[in-house]
Amino acid sequence: MQQDEEQPFFQMSGVSKSYGGAVALDRADLAVRKGRIHAILGENGAGKSTLLKVMSGVVQPDEGTMHLDGREVSFASPAGANAAGIVCVYQELSLIPDLSVADNIFASNPPRRFGMIDRRAQRHQAEDALARAGAADINPLAKVRDLPLSRQQMVELAKGLAHEPRILILDEATSALTAADVARVIEVLKRLRDEGLALLFISHRMHEVKALADECTVYRNGRHVMSFEAGTRTDNEVVEMMIGRKYQHAFPDKPTDKPGRRLAAEPVLTCRDLAWNDTLQGISFSLKPGEILGLGGLDGQGQRELLLALFGVLRGCAGKIEIDGKAVSITSPVAARANEIGMALIPEDRKTEGLMLPMSVRENLSFAALDRMSTAGVIDRDRQQSLVDRMMELLAIKSFSVDAAVGSLSGGNQQKVVIAKWLIRQPRILLLSDPTRGIDVGTKQEIYQLLRRLADEGAAILFYSTDYDELIGCCDRVLVLYEGRIKKELVGPAITEQNLIASALDLPVGQVSPSTGVAL
Amino acid sequence: MSGLRYWYAENRGTTFAFGLFVLMFAIYLFNYPSALSSNVFQTAANKAVLLALVSMGQALVVLTAGIDLSIGMTLVLTNCVGSWIVTGDALHSALGIAGVLAAGALCGALNGIIIIYGRLQPIVTTIATGAVYYGLALLLRPVPGGSINEDLADALTGKVAGVVPASLLILLAAVVIVWIPFKRSAIGRAAYATGSSESAAFLSGMPILRAKFASYTLAGLLAAIGGLFLTFFTDTGEASLGSANSYTLFSIAAVVIGGVSLLGGKGSAIGAIFGAFAFRSIGDLLFVFNVDALWQPLFQGVILLLAVAIGACGLFRVRNRLEWFQ
Repeated sequence: MQQDEEQPFFQMSGVSKSYGGAVALDRADLAVRKGRIHAILGENGAGKSTLLKVMSGVVQPDEGTMHLDGREVSFASPAGANAAGIVCVYQELSLIPDLSVADNIFASNPPRRFGMIDRRAQRHQAEDALARAGAADINPLAKVRDLPLSRQQMVELAKGLAHEPRILILDEATSALTAADVARVIEVLKRLRDEGLALLFISHRMHEVKALADECTVYRNGRHVMSFEAGTRTDNEVVEMMIGRKYQHAFPDKPTDKPGRRLAAEPVLTCRDLAWNDTLQGISFSLKPGEILGLGGLDGQGQRELLLALFGVLRGCAGKIEIDGKAVSITSPVAARANEIGMALIPEDRKTEGLMLPMSVRENLSFAALDRMSTAGVIDRDRQQSLVDRMMELLAIKSFSVDAAVGSLSGGNQQKVVIAKWLIRQPRILLLSDPTRGIDVGTKQEIYQLLRRLADEGAAILFYSTDYDELIGCCDRVLVLYEGRIKKELVGPAITEQNLIASALDLPVGQVSPSTGVAL
Repeated sequence: MSGLRYWYAENRGTTFAFGLFVLMFAIYLFNYPSALSSNVFQTAANKAVLLALVSMGQALVVLTAGIDLSIGMTLVLTNCVGSWIVTGDALHSALGIAGVLAAGALCGALNGIIIIYGRLQPIVTTIATGAVYYGLALLLRPVPGGSINEDLADALTGKVAGVVPASLLILLAAVVIVWIPFKRSAIGRAAYATGSSESAAFLSGMPILRAKFASYTLAGLLAAIGGLFLTFFTDTGEASLGSANSYTLFSIAAVVIGGVSLLGGKGSAIGAIFGAFAFRSIGDLLFVFNVDALWQPLFQGVILLLAVAIGACGLFRVRNRLEWFQ
């Protein structure tokens, strides 16, 4: 355990929490010190989020104690934790879409004059908070609803800072940020640490953990596994602690790694000069069966819109889409999923676009293929059951019953349900929009394996990811988008982190070093 | 300049309702130039203010993503209460007015408490409490009757300085005393936040429960001001189910015309006021054009549909269909 003589600023001992029968936290411990950045590591379901929720007053523990600055504390609500100086920046955004940025930043404690909100003061203070968070470009009067996800997350951070926290908790708070934002946030967090704040964060991105953490604590199955100084364990050791089993290759072999395997000759999907509003311009590419084509680039460069355009969601698209060499017009998701096209889209936000959370796993798995499991409009229960069973098994979805509400599953299993409901249709073209956002390492690996297997079976896959490691590990080819255009196509061994980042920033690929500026 | 753009984005619904009302009122005046000095106009203004008060109350509730189907019954109940107690000398009448307002606020507060602590849905709760309030009104006035302090009634339903209807001043006072402090206070903002995203508001540590309670209570209070006015206006108390129901439904129509989103979080009570004015103008226009009063409900329905359709025109411009569902 900790050898530090100094009393930790915040300490949690023997904290347990169960939801119904499921144990989320099992006598967990945590010690947080001032002026340190503390990373919380663990798979989904390891209890990390519950731990932070207990700390920030969102849920109340069944047993155990918390000490802040030497005194025992307990929080009945987020407001109580905020008052004690513990502030959480959430992964699931806690912003109110119809209010302005400034209103959101000062949601719970606005500056007041004569008992009413002083809007001018609020605006100026919001500008300060945004500047402190490294997001001075955001107008405090803008409505949150109108901002892209990555900007919303910066507002969320500014809101946390406006509370003048003593302990700042970041729960996957960088998951939707662009690479440029992450760099700025890292700087901001280091500055806060040097000002004496205690920082706690959860991230599934190991390079962020490495860049930020002074200390790491690993949890597994709701229990504390180990705390250690950052940099004293290798990646493999850390991952092993997290998943509790041997960590092998994260990514399955690519066909290019296996000699003798060749792609089909004819593309199944060809896109010519696709354009939409100002967001997409001159997009031309083709996709062959058996191929995993990645979409890279900074977040918000048109990748999502490209997937939505292909799937018939956007109106007024210019350009041509060809399926099997024949021009088609895809006017709606209904048309896109029809047999002659055979497209499926795994959307970005599983909770609102992928699932009906209160409905059962069985129903959710059936939604995309009701036509396949019904006769004359009446659902054939047996056929439904057999298809659902097959998918539960194929994707190893963990749910104690297919009748359980899908919202009660872990994030990784929810995402598996979203994917599985489309696989029932055996799509020829699979579009994925950042499908591993906020899910655990184990499920991520299963998804990588699944994608490769589908490709080997002949599916054509278009895969947008904000995680460069995934693009490198999974894709045969990567198109890097920049301001709505394809800036670069990287093939095979050319898919490296340096090339991805360089082309994402619209820099020449293959530069030897920034100082010489010589491109190869 | 950009500040103005954000202001417009926030107040588009209110601006639309204002424009619609001005247009209808202009047509009205054009065809009936002597209206401003006539008693007909005075009556029209009083009726419009009545609906505007109830609609303001409805707007407060709708902003929290709730709905108050008992608001018309609260109006009728306070009308009956008023016909009993707002009588006699100045002091007695003043106490009576306070009693009526308290009764309305109590009705609203009861709705709020049941919805917050009973965790019941606003629609069902207010249908039930509305029946209770109407039942109480019936017990108070099985047959229409009673009376009210007549000096007060004459003063408040007449004109001030011979030009401005006193009722408009009362409405203005309600805006200044109820709406503006609400809108600018932390509670009011929490009401908007609750309507927009209750979970986010909770996670932000905002006072959700107090906000809902305040919204329902103030809605009851505004309905009571309306009920009081109805008493001044008719000089009687009547437990009329017809008028209770129509005030409830018209208040929802006014709120929608006024650009308040039924999903909550968007719009303002000012919009609801102009929505009420625009809605009431329909009947007045029909009067000016000598159309049989029998046509009024039909025209009101058509105009309501048109107004809502115009408000939804923006959807045609949406090029990402996912935005339809937000």
